[in-house]
Amino acid sequence: MASIEFRNVIKRFGDVEVIPGLNLTIEHGEFVALLGPSGCGKSTSLFMLAGIYLPSGGELLFDGHLVNEVEARDRNVGIVFQSYALYPHMNVHDNILFPLRFKKTPREEALVRVKAAAELVHVGELLDRRPSELSGGQQQRVALARALVKEPQILLLDEPLSNLDATLRLTMRTEIKSLQKKLGVTTILVTHDQIEATTMADRVICMRGGGIEQVGTPDDLYLRPASLFIAGFIGSPPVNLIRGTAENGAVHVGATVFPSEGIRGDVTIGLRPEHLKFAGDGLRGRIAEIEPMGREILYVVDTDVGHVRVLEHGSAAAHSAGEAVHIDFSPTEALLFRTSNEKLIAGANVCPPRRAS
Amino acid sequence: MKSRAWWRQRVNFVIFLGPAILLTVFFFVVPVLIDIAVSFTDLGRSLRVTRFTTEHYERVFGGDRRLTDVMALTFIYVLGTLALFNVTFGLVLALITTSIDKVSGGFFRGVWLLPRMSPSVLYILLWVWVVNPSQYGLLNQILMTVFGLEQPLDLLTTAPIALIIISNGFIGASMGMIIFTSAIRGIPEHLFHAARVDGAGSLAIVWYITLPALRWPISFITIYQALSLLVSFEYILLLTKGGPFYDTTVYALYIYRRAFQSGQYGYGAALSLFLIVIGIAVALLGWRFFDMKRLLQNPRIEVQ
Ligand SMILES: Nc1ncnc2c1ncn2[C@@H]1O[C@H](COP(=O)(O)OP(=O)(O)OP(=O)(O)O)[C@@H](O)[C@H]1O
Ligand SMILES: [Mg+2]
Repeated sequence: MASIEFRNVIKRFGDVEVIPGLNLTIEHGEFVALLGPSGCGKSTSLFMLAGIYLPSGGELLFDGHLVNEVEARDRNVGIVFQSYALYPHMNVHDNILFPLRFKKTPREEALVRVKAAAELVHVGELLDRRPSELSGGQQQRVALARALVKEPQILLLDEPLSNLDATLRLTMRTEIKSLQKKLGVTTILVTHDQIEATTMADRVICMRGGGIEQVGTPDDLYLRPASLFIAGFIGSPPVNLIRGTAENGAVHVGATVFPSEGIRGDVTIGLRPEHLKFAGDGLRGRIAEIEPMGREILYVVDTDVGHVRVLEHGSAAAHSAGEAVHIDFSPTEALLFRTSNEKLIAGANVCPPRRAS
Repeated sequence: MKSRAWWRQRVNFVIFLGPAILLTVFFFVVPVLIDIAVSFTDLGRSLRVTRFTTEHYERVFGGDRRLTDVMALTFIYVLGTLALFNVTFGLVLALITTSIDKVSGGFFRGVWLLPRMSPSVLYILLWVWVVNPSQYGLLNQILMTVFGLEQPLDLLTTAPIALIIISNGFIGASMGMIIFTSAIRGIPEHLFHAARVDGAGSLAIVWYITLPALRWPISFITIYQALSLLVSFEYILLLTKGGPFYDTTVYALYIYRRAFQSGQYGYGAALSLFLIVIGIAVALLGWRFFDMKRLLQNPRIEVQ
């Protein structure tokens, strides 16, 4: 179990600077998720930790020791690749055994550990099979066993669940999480699935364009997104964004007025669909579309400030298309961002428009 | 009435297999039949058949004492060239040129391909110049000026077998190199990444990741090149003419010398037929040895 520190780590591929300078500390035993859109440098960061890529600049430390130049095989890192990367010509047993060959583990002990690792991820019956004879989920578990068998100090998971069906994904999420707690290994999970990140990790690191946008608990990112980007990236269906101008104690969007104290300038109001509800008063509109989503129903409401998505619990629609409605929300759940720099204005409140005003 | 599918199947058969079957018949079956016919005649320089005889086969199976030496030499030549160059050296070239950077790798592969692309006469001309027994031969120039050798070497008489193996191997290695290179390129990169993280060093990666992925190409190159070494002789003919005496006369060249130099067409035909049998035996043994059947893939698309 090791702690990890990125100190101004840079990665270039030729002339392209993929990671311009990463600063990040991960405590030992922590489970963090790297979240971000495709191409933002998640895998690259992971590969630098594993020693597959060398940083072009900066310092990478494990437990306070510089590891920039330490070879992959000397880092004691376990990694599950997105594609699993199982050795195709070896059976499951030999795949899991492979890392132990190079650790000079005594044969007897190695066999015991292979069996234990296989049992841990429930592939004990598949030891004689080749990877091509396994299902995607089984392959993923074998890859996990191979990463765990050498008892790594750091476990890196690169989108390990991306190829699984919804049910298996759910099971594996819980299994990986409880496994991590049991072993206490420092774990980094790369994903661009925000639900995966928020349900599994203690801390979520949101990346964008090779840099870190925000670090925090899943709740932090959801309730207090530092920027418009994160507000838009976290949460599904996506947040409603309404642009306006704040002056004289209110945000003006066209003729609509959202009362708000102490703010001036161009702002963007962020309203999460699940924080909105239909009520007797509030933002006026007409229901344009109804999308049943299982346990919830998504309404798209046509208002004076544009389309607004509202998520309501229940499996049958309580409203019908064309119906005139008012949308209400709690001022503490509304988010306010400065439009110019897209940053959250902390502590600012916005109220729904009232009929009286 | 035959069904449409039935007709379709026949037509497909003719379209897809017809050309291949025609080629095989014209360029393999017919020549073999002619060869068999000729091998039972006394066809000679006069190109006239006066009688039918089995004496050529008596010579092949016992009468020709030189043939034993020729076959032993052929065995050494084929095995040596294959083991040292066509497979091993080709593999080494492929491994090295794929592990250095792309541009230099491509450059060195290009260099090794040059002899393959130049006419054989030109290639052998260079060799003749390299091993020229006088002090002006390239090798002798180097040995004498750089290493201070006193007398020029005459490799054509002192080490002719090594010479034919090396000159054939330098060309033969390029084929393996190309095939192995593309096979190595085809190995997913993440396997190498995984192996490195799992603790494997460079040699272990070659042993555990690269070589297993090259099983098919290695088997293929071994069988294919064994057969082509068995039947080709033009480099040897150009370089040593099979000499000194019969020292570098491999089986295929022996046929040529018997049939076209001594004009014993009938005997040449019998020898050729025996070579075909040997070739088939080698191919089948190789097939068996490398378990090629298992390495062949099932069709990707099912066709009626
Ligand atoms: N070997 C490489 N050479 C050049 N550019 C690269 C290389 N590997 C990655 N990149 C670039 O670096 C950027 C980050 O890539 P990376 O693989 O880290 O993205 P990612 O965050 O893992 O994305 P995804 O979610 O799609 O896997 C991308 O723009 C990619 O094009
Ligand atoms: Mg990636």
